[in-house]
Amino acid sequence: MTDTLDAVFRREAGRCTATLIRVLGDIDLAEDAVAEAFVIAAEQWPKRGIPPNPGGWITTTARNRAIDRLRRESTRVERYIAAHRMHTCDTEPDPTPEDEDLDRFVDVVPDDQLRLMFLCCHPALAADAQVALTLRLLGGLETSEIASAFLLPEATMAQRIVRAKRKLRHNHAPYRIPGAAELPDRLHAVLASIYLIYTEGHTATAGVALTRVDLSTEAIRLGRVLATLMPDEPEVIGLLALMLLTEARRSARVDADGSMVRLADQDRARWNPNLIEEGHGLVRACLRRNQPGPFQIQAAIAAVHSDAPTATDTDWSQIVALYDQLYAIQPNPVVALNRAVAVGAVDGPSAGLDALATVDLGDYQPYHAARADLLIRAGHTDEAIAAYDRAIELTATSAEREFLSRQRQRAATTPHGPHG
Amino acid sequence: MPQYLLSVWHDDDYVLDFATPDAQRRVAQVAAFNDELQRSGAWVFAAGLHPASSATVVRSSGGEVSMTDGPYAETKEQMGGFWVVQAADLDVALDLAGRAAAASESPIEVRPMEG
Repeated sequence: MTDTLDAVFRREAGRCTATLIRVLGDIDLAEDAVAEAFVIAAEQWPKRGIPPNPGGWITTTARNRAIDRLRRESTRVERYIAAHRMHTCDTEPDPTPEDEDLDRFVDVVPDDQLRLMFLCCHPALAADAQVALTLRLLGGLETSEIASAFLLPEATMAQRIVRAKRKLRHNHAPYRIPGAAELPDRLHAVLASIYLIYTEGHTATAGVALTRVDLSTEAIRLGRVLATLMPDEPEVIGLLALMLLTEARRSARVDADGSMVRLADQDRARWNPNLIEEGHGLVRACLRRNQPGPFQIQAAIAAVHSDAPTATDTDWSQIVALYDQLYAIQPNPVVALNRAVAVGAVDGPSAGLDALATVDLGDYQPYHAARADLLIRAGHTDEAIAAYDRAIELTATSAEREFLSRQRQRAATTPHGPHG
Repeated sequence: MPQYLLSVWHDDDYVLDFATPDAQRRVAQVAAFNDELQRSGAWVFAAGLHPASSATVVRSSGGEVSMTDGPYAETKEQMGGFWVVQAADLDVALDLAGRAAAASESPIEVRPMEG
């Protein structure tokens, strides 16, 4: 028996919760029932073995326990009926439970997980609430784990989750997969939420990483689930590819002292070839489909980087072309900044600084770090040092601060003159 | 069916001058939206309000009733009117709110009603 209860929980909790929200019509009821079913599993499975369909077993057990309890507590029957206002619009709602229902096996329905993703990322919720709810309901994470992952007090995270669930209930948010007309916007919210979970885990790689739940791994798991459920949405595949290609570089991002290593200085032998291969395959599939979107283009940029055996082999002109394409869809200053860095690599630091001239990102740390790098290469040492100081001031993690301080030190002691 | 309050918000010094083409355009748009609500069965009630400066706040404490001039909340934005609509769920209500925002050319707050 290689499957542990813990592994089953990681894999099944979100799917079971998703189906039970539809069957029971209420988020809290579904969560309680799933938790109860896993307690029963922990008692029975070690003795009897893990059932052949653990998800179906958990879902059926949870449904039966929930209905039993509803019958015992008459006030909750009313709540159950009221809860049915969270109805599914694209399926027949389950009728009020009858006795024979308890004999019926309830299997997990894959589409329920999609319904739950769209519910958790409903645009009526703030982005931080979407992320928290996604991790709680689809990831099956404890509130305390989510709180520590975001370095927030548990009470703050608990309140955020409770308020989000209450808002969805009070507003009669539907449990459904959005129709074709709304799908692009609604799907974008889901993708943005998963990517936010990924980047939070990614930037936290340094320092406190050991004490935190691995958000990057969880985001990739959610991305894989979504790619299975929506294989024909190119942006879904693009997001998964972007996360995999970024993840491939993870162990090379930090050196032995825990300080950050720039892409250009990374030991490429430490990149994960399996993740790169999988990511490249997905990027190629997207290219064949030829319906570009922001995540696919960012994945393609990551693929160009990982194609280069050494940093100097990087095909920067292709990266500039991809940033041009991205900027046409998303004309925002962060894209312009990344484009300017790529221009600096193709046409030299002065051209990079020219491209940066129109970008205004006063409080954005990467802007000052990138500008400092271009300035030092263009030979403007004093301005470069000032830019490093500003970047260091805006840096939150110690690994990055360490890196920038060393760069600043080098700038201050290197003889003046262009060397880019 | 669930009901929602869709409220229209603007600056507290906002005065609708019906003589201007801007105001006439909005009035016509809102009238068309109201017709649509009534035809689709979503309509429950709607009204425009006089400016917030016309409001009076009344309080009761220990049998004593007191009054103060002005709106309750001293904020820059005040409610200028509202619809009460019935909708199958939040997404339907949000869709109506989108059309209300376009018709009134103002932000709309969507709030579910109890019950």
